[in-house]
Order: sequence, then C-alpha cells, then structure tokens
Amino acid sequence: MSPAAAGTRAASGTWRTPSGGRIDRSKPCRFTFDGVAYEGCAGDTLASALLANGVHLVGRSFKYHRPRGILAAGSEEPNALVTVTRDAARVTPNLRATQVELYDGLIAESQNRWPSLTRDVGRINDKLSAFFPAGFYYKTFMWPRKAWKALYEPVIRRAAGLGRAPLEADPDRYAQRYAHCDVLIVGGGPAGIAAALAAADSGARIILCDETGEFGGSLLTESGVSIDALPAAEWVRRSMASLAQNPRVTLLPRTTAFGYFAHNFLGLQERLVDHLASAPVNQPRERLWQVRARAVVLAAGAIERPLVFPGNDRPGIMLAGAALTYLNRYGVRVGTRVVLVTSGDEAYQAALDLHAAGVSIAAVADLRAQAAGALPEAARRLGIEVSLSATVLGTAGDLRVSGISLGRVQDGRVQSTRSLPCDAVLMSGGYTPSVHLYSQSRGKLDWSDQLQAFLPGASAECERSAGACRGVYGLAQVLADGAAAGAASAPEPNHSPRRFEVNAPSRTSQAYLGVLPQADPPSSDKSFVDWQHDVTVRDLGLATREGFQSIEHVKRYTTTGMATDQGKTSNLNAMAIVARSLDLPIPRVGLTTFRMPYTPVSFGSFAGISRGDLFDPVRTTPTHTWADAHGAVFENVGLWKRARYFPHAGEDMHAAVARECRAVRNACGLFDASTLGKIEVAGPGAVEFMNRLYINNWSNLGVGRSRYGILLREDGFIYDDGVVARTGAERFHVTTTTGGAPRVLAMMEDYRQTEWPELDVWLTSTTEQWAVIAVQGPHSRRVLEPLVEGIDLSAAAWPHMSVGRGRICGVPLLLFRVSFTGELGFEINVPADFGLAVWQAVHAAGQAHGITPYGTEAMHVLRAEKGYIIVGQDTDGTVTPDDAGLSWAIGKNKADFVGKRSLERASMKAASRKQLVGLRTKDPRTVLDEGAQVTSRPGQRPPMELIGHVTSSYASSVLGHSIALAMIAGGRARLGQTLYVPMPEGEVEVEVVAPVFYDSQGARING
Amino acid sequence: MLIIVCPYCGKRPEIEFTYGGQAHLVRPKEPSQLDDEAWAEFLYMRANTKGVYAERWRHAHGCGRFFNAIRDTTTDHFLAFYKSGERQPPLDNVPLAPGERTR
Repeated sequence: MSPAAAGTRAASGTWRTPSGGRIDRSKPCRFTFDGVAYEGCAGDTLASALLANGVHLVGRSFKYHRPRGILAAGSEEPNALVTVTRDAARVTPNLRATQVELYDGLIAESQNRWPSLTRDVGRINDKLSAFFPAGFYYKTFMWPRKAWKALYEPVIRRAAGLGRAPLEADPDRYAQRYAHCDVLIVGGGPAGIAAALAAADSGARIILCDETGEFGGSLLTESGVSIDALPAAEWVRRSMASLAQNPRVTLLPRTTAFGYFAHNFLGLQERLVDHLASAPVNQPRERLWQVRARAVVLAAGAIERPLVFPGNDRPGIMLAGAALTYLNRYGVRVGTRVVLVTSGDEAYQAALDLHAAGVSIAAVADLRAQAAGALPEAARRLGIEVSLSATVLGTAGDLRVSGISLGRVQDGRVQSTRSLPCDAVLMSGGYTPSVHLYSQSRGKLDWSDQLQAFLPGASAECERSAGACRGVYGLAQVLADGAAAGAASAPEPNHSPRRFEVNAPSRTSQAYLGVLPQADPPSSDKSFVDWQHDVTVRDLGLATREGFQSIEHVKRYTTTGMATDQGKTSNLNAMAIVARSLDLPIPRVGLTTFRMPYTPVSFGSFAGISRGDLFDPVRTTPTHTWADAHGAVFENVGLWKRARYFPHAGEDMHAAVARECRAVRNACGLFDASTLGKIEVAGPGAVEFMNRLYINNWSNLGVGRSRYGILLREDGFIYDDGVVARTGAERFHVTTTTGGAPRVLAMMEDYRQTEWPELDVWLTSTTEQWAVIAVQGPHSRRVLEPLVEGIDLSAAAWPHMSVGRGRICGVPLLLFRVSFTGELGFEINVPADFGLAVWQAVHAAGQAHGITPYGTEAMHVLRAEKGYIIVGQDTDGTVTPDDAGLSWAIGKNKADFVGKRSLERASMKAASRKQLVGLRTKDPRTVLDEGAQVTSRPGQRPPMELIGHVTSSYASSVLGHSIALAMIAGGRARLGQTLYVPMPEGEVEVEVVAPVFYDSQGARING
Repeated sequence: MLIIVCPYCGKRPEIEFTYGGQAHLVRPKEPSQLDDEAWAEFLYMRANTKGVYAERWRHAHGCGRFFNAIRDTTTDHFLAFYKSGERQPPLDNVPLAPGERTR
C-alpha cells in the first residue's frame, strides 16, 4: 500500500478528530506532497496535515537512507525536511514540515530519496551500514587524491544530499531593519507572554517575537488548564490583544531570534509571506531585524528529549509532546494503537488525551520503578496498562512502525517481556532546556544533576532566562518566573509584578539520558542518537574506543549534532553516552559550542538589498559617462570602475592595448587617473611630518616641485607610493595608490594623533575633489600649450617633476609634469566637476596630434616597459625599497623615518633577498603567467627549488616581445643568467635582465 | 556588535570604528639606539591579554579620532573609555560601561 492510497482512504476521519484544535475545518487547503494530492485545513502545518492524512513517512535519512517520519512538532524536527516550491525561482529546500504553515495550493516534496520515498535505491546503505562507521569519510576517501574532486565528492554530495537550491535568481525582496527596545523577549509561550505583560506594566518598550505563526506556545496545546479563571487559549487571546493595543509593544510572529551577539545585539528573521497562498505585491518576503536591546528575556522553552533504543527511528515513532500537540492543537490522532515510553509523569498527558480522543493505548512503558503521580494514576483508572522498570528492546515495521518489543529490568538484568503491535510509539525522556541563545550570549552553563540538563548560570549580558529554558517547569511557576523576569528587565523595575491564578494538574518530569537498558548484545545496533545525521550509539562508542575524548572531537568525528538542526534533540544524549563510555561525569565531558543561527536563515535575509547593482557602492570617475559612450571596457579596482581599454570595432583587448600603447609612445595618450588617492598635508609641521613618515627627504624639495615618495610600515616593508608635490611652504599634495588612500590616511592620522601630537599639521582627503587627467606622450606639450594659462610649459622653464597652478579651459588648474609611462607627460588636476569638460576639451584639441584615450591595461604595460612598480602587484608586503631597486629614494641624512630601524636589521640587507628584475623569454611571443614560480635548474619535479616569482607580465607591442617583472632571490647578481619558469604548457626558459625594457637612459621623459 | 563610547561623540555601534591594537605603546624616540631585540620587542610583541586589556580604537566613520578603551577580552565588556594621551584609569573601582550584567 502506497502512502498515497493510505492517505486518501484515511482522510475520511480516522486521523482527524471531528472537533477541537485550532484549525478551521471549514477552510480546506489542498496541497501535494511528492505529487500526491491531499487536503488539510487552515491552521495546519504541513506536518499536521500529512499526519491528518495518515502520512508518517516523509523523508529518507542522511546516510543510511532509512525511512523516517515526523519526530517533533516544532523547529527541533530532525527528519521532516522538505522542499516547498512555488515556481521555478521560489524553491525553498530543507524546510521543517513542522514549521511550514499550510496554504491552499502548497507543493512540497521529500528529499534525499531516489526514485521515490517508498522505493529508494540509497536504502542499500542501510544494509551496508557495517561499512559506514563513524569517521567513514576520513578513513575511506583518502587516496588517490585526484579522485576527490572527480569521484568521491560528487558522489558523496549526491548520496548524502539535503535539498537542492533553486536554479533561478531569487525574485523576492528582503528587507532589513534596525530596532532598539527596552526589553526584547524571545519566545511567546507562557513565560514570554508573562514577561511581556509584566514589562508592559512598567511602561517598557518591548519587542516580543516567536518563531511560530501564533503566540501561546505550550498553552495552545494544554487541555484542562485555566489561568485567571480563563481557559489557557482564551487567556492567551486576551493577553495578546492587550499587548497588541499597547503602542510600546511590537509583536513579531513567525520571527526567529537566530543569533545573540555582544552587547545585547540580536538578529531576528521575520518571515512575512511564506505562509500565504499568494503574497501581497510589494511585501518583502523576509525581514532581518537587528535589535539592540537594553535587556533581553529569553523564554525559549524546552525541547522534549527522545529515547535511545534499537529501531527508535521508524516512521510513527515520535515525541510524546509532539503527539499531544498534534492532537490538541491540530486535531490529529497520530495513530490508532499507540505505545507510550516515558521516563516521567508529564508524558502521560499524551496518553490520557489520545485515549479521550478514541485512540487505543496499547501500553505505557515507564522506565521508572515507580509511577505514583496523579497522571499515571489517572491512566490506570482508565484501564491503561502501565509497565514499570520497562525498556524497549526493538521495534518492527518498515515504512511505518508496526510493533514494539518491550523488556523489563530486574536486578540489573534485562528480560524480554512481550511484543505489541502498534502504529505509533510516543517517547519522552524529559525535557532539555533551550539554552542555545543564552549560550551564544556567552553566559555560563551549569549542570543540574536533578534535571539532568545544563541550565543558565551567570549571565554575561543584561539578560534573564525565564521559564522552561532555565529548568523552571509547571505552568504556575513558569508564569511567575516570566513575570519576574519581565518586571525586573523594565527600565523602571517593578518589584511586585502581576500574579496569575493557575489551575493546572501538577506534574513531575523526570529526565532520562543515554541508551535504554539492553540485553547483551542488543537486538540491533540501529539505536539512533542524532536522527538528522544518522549517528548511532555504536558510532559514538567507536569514536571513544578509537581514542577521541573531547566532546568537540567526537562531534566532528561522528558528525553528531552537526546537521542543520544542530543536535537540538540529540546533543545531551550524545554527551551522556560519551560520558558513560569514558566513565566521566557529564559536566566533565563538557558541552559543544552553540552557534548561530538557531535555525537556518536564508541568504536573502542576510543580503537584504545588497544584491545586483546595490551589492556594493560603485565609485565612478568624472569622465565615466564619456568613457562609457566611447566603448570603454571597465574593470573593478576596489569600488572604482576604471576604463580598462577602449576597443575600436573589431579589436580584442590585445589589439586595443597594443594600439593604445603605440599611440602613447609615438604621439599622445589621454588617461583618467582620478582614482589616485590624494591627501593634503598642511600646517607648520607639514615638512617635519612628511620627513618622519616617508623615506624621502622633503626639506630640500622646493615649492613647485614634486618627488616620488615611498611610505614604509614600521617593519620596513613598502606600504604605499606616489608622487608628492610641495604646493606651498607648509603644504604638500600627496598622492597614493588607488586602493591605498584610506589606509594611508589612517596611518598618517595614527602617527599624527598618537605619536607626534606636538606637530601642527592637518590631513585632508582630497581624492574626490580632483579630476586627474594624464596627457602622456611626445606630443603632449603641443596638445596642452594652447589650453593652459599661467604656466610656461617649455622644457627649460618647466622640467620633469614640476608642479604649478594656472588655468586650463578657463578653470583652476593644478598641473604636474609627471610620467608613469616614461614619456614626456603631464597630469592635469582640476576640480572634479570640471573634469569631464576639460577631458573633452583636451581630447578635441589633441585630435590634430593623434591623441588616443587609453585604459588601465595600456597603463600597466607602459609602466612595466619602464620597470615602474605597482605597489601590491610587484610588492607583496615583504619588499623593502632596496628589494624593489628604490633605495635611491631614501633620504640619506635622515636620522629616522617610519621603517628605517627595521631596514637596519641584517636580514633586511641580505644579498639573498628577492630583488626586482626583468625577465625575457627565449621565445619573444611567450607571455609568462603572473604569479608563476621561477627556478634555476631545468627539468625539476615537485617539490622543486623555488627562487622567486613573476609579478608582472605583458606582451609589449612597442618592443615586439613579451616582458616580465619578477622578484628573484639575489636577482640583481643574476643578470644574464638563464632561469626556468614552470607553466602549465611546459617549462619556459627566461633570461634575467634589468627591469627597464624601454628607453633605459630615460631621455624621453625629459623631452 | 559592540557598543563603543567615543570620548568625543558618545555611544556608537562598532561598525563606525576601526580597531587599533594594544594601547600605550610608545614609538621609541631614537629607534637607531635600540638593538635588534629591543626593536623587535617594540615592533612585534603584544600582550594579547586574556582578560582586562587596554586597547586603541579609532572613530573612523565619525570624528576620526583615536582613543583608548579598557575591555575584558573574555566578555567583551568595556570598563572604560578615555582620550589618547590620558593616563590609563586605575582598574579597580572602574564602573561598568553600558551592557552591565544582571546576575
């Protein structure tokens, strides 16, 4: 019988109760699961709707592909992971069916099965499980290494897959919001609502969030409970109505507090439309709240603990509290003949309520030797058989549990008693307080022997845990605890918070940890601890036998607790089993780290609007529109868009760059250098400041002159470079690399503020204030002379490195005679708003002289032909001025500058250091790979001797051969030597040459 | 995200600041007088304290100023903020900065 057939037949009422619960039977919702049509009700979750159709089988397990059913009713669900599809772009994998709210037309599919849930080929893994022990991946897929990428990884990923991501771009919008409040309350169950009411009484600004669609938590499931003489659900309704009316209260349903960060900063994910059949237009799908709370109340509740016994993972075996929730909240009977296995009184409520709903309770197996509380007594009065000192020895069934084998522990020996047919097993090992967020806040956890759980100890932040998440059980106690926490968290604490009159049966909960007593050997080794990652008792035992002692190591070796549910249902059982196996008390074994997110958060929420064009801010230069209109191909340099080259029709990059380079060498090129960082250094202390900071001597630089400056870090390595002009007696115009401007200014400010506060100097970033237009090439003077007023550009009056103020095209001009090409060249600085107009004027005036716009690629080739370094490309943070051949720039008579002392260390002067040299390939057409390693002997195999690497490499059309710069150990002493560069196509023979390939005498620059 | 109190601008979120490492390190007046070991000590060795630590911050996206803070590196709680050049406050009896504990 297929589950579909079972579902259709059972829809008539076997599973759904005729009345009761919080669903609306008058509003049917049709949905499909794995292509089969079903019907649920408004108010259902996908899980409750499936159960209402008799469907327990919802997934295949991660490793062994065992059939799995719904274990829980909340976000802790490890098995029921589904993919919900709205359209091709709205495919959401790995959702917990227990959290998916049903709507009409919902389409869901199970995961990790092929070809279908009932007939899954991967099932063979279960039969082969002896071959998949803990650490299987580490042990098996070691060699050959090449097989990893080609074979092992793809196969493993497919076999052990979770859902698949959608193939299309996400069409939805995701909002982000910052919020502040006096009290953020996480969890809208009894403790959270009581806290909100009490804090609201004190006038606090409150945010109350709950991960479900409806506030109330366990109160929505309680039967026969009243608060202030109202049925629990009615009390919730009234309380929430009063909070909703309070303008100082923000209620956030469907909102998961997923992360708790320092100083009471919490991340909340609000899901706005996924529960609706059709999303309203203009509504974001999710909203990420970043909340800074003065105080936080954690009212996260507790998670019921499953029991560990052979075959405890068959569909139909679930937590007792979940069965109670499905019955009382959703009107669903999870079975017709049910066995309850419990370690405490509380779970009897599920048996009592199911019995009242007409479900046959085959037996209650109580692990305790005595069960004399009110609830067990009530069960006995109904004729329900209660076995004490019970244990479970195994289960039967394939796609659904069909029977259970019970045993009895007597005098430390386990005896088999009997086997019972059943279609559901409810289990309860007590409760595990949800300390996830508390632990993320760095609060200390204390072990409670009494509750067999870790509880919040001393808070690290202004935070209070309240209710079940700190081990306070019993409705009256939980409400009082919540109210106390809420009242104390308000800015004006109220020392006598409101009280609640509670009428509820008193219950005791007794926790159980570890494996249920078994015969030796047990009937099966499939006693699951971690459902989602398929970790069994045997795996944990193997890990400890193999020597793993730290729980963090055991976790990684066995992957227990590492699945998407982060071991919400499994961690404590795993720890207890490891502790027993190591013969240590549980607190000594310790706890693994709780990490955000509490439940998975979509990338969309984190990205918010930062996608597409808004992914990052974009910086454009003043001539950007012109370059765009003239066909420039842009490249990203930091946040800047820079024109890389200007291809003519039919040109590829190589052809365009070759043409642009030739134009600069033979006529004139036009280049936008506006992205250069610019810092104005001014004041009476400016010269001294620059002397202390840069390696150069600035005292002897006259006003109207400029100099190539180099900045080191204190460790002696090149940090930045750029031309520095003295534009006044107490004023420098410092240029930096494009990417280096912010960090250079930060470094300057650091020294100015903290080391030399006595220097009277001001630093101002002027990068965006100036448009910089480089005009380079032998004809550049002829182009500019007619346009420039107030400066005599002749070679005699205005030599290389001159700087002056004048006007160009009628606007203020700061003109540099500088060159990053080796040609006669000028850099026009005009206020940024005039940049485009001046560029266009220069371009028009240059037509008669062959002016050609060029981009960053040609700029790179031109400077490499001259051996000019680019900091960050030819240097890598371990290069001294001498390594780069720049020791000439060091001010010889300076007693000190930043980095000078480090340059004096012996190792910084060693002849074996890597030095900048040029490389010429034997075949002039071969262009080396940048980053390629260099070796001195041919024909080596890895691991080989490496003596340096290629830093820059281009085809030079002007020279007719390729050129490369490289950092080579002892490079300057190797001029003329032949070296070898291993490349993917084979070894390339190169000759070491001086790094200046073009115009080595430097005559052209003075033209 | 930490809340940092700039002595010039007040309480601001951490994203407005850049970290400046250990506070109260002074660059030697005459580095050339130091031997390699002493220079390396200044250049590389940092306290890396687990616990109460004096450190520098810069309000980079604000007033641009450097200042000092005392932070417990085990809890991320700040104990004090003070201006560059001011003496480190005595560490007993410093009041807790915002984000004080409850219990």
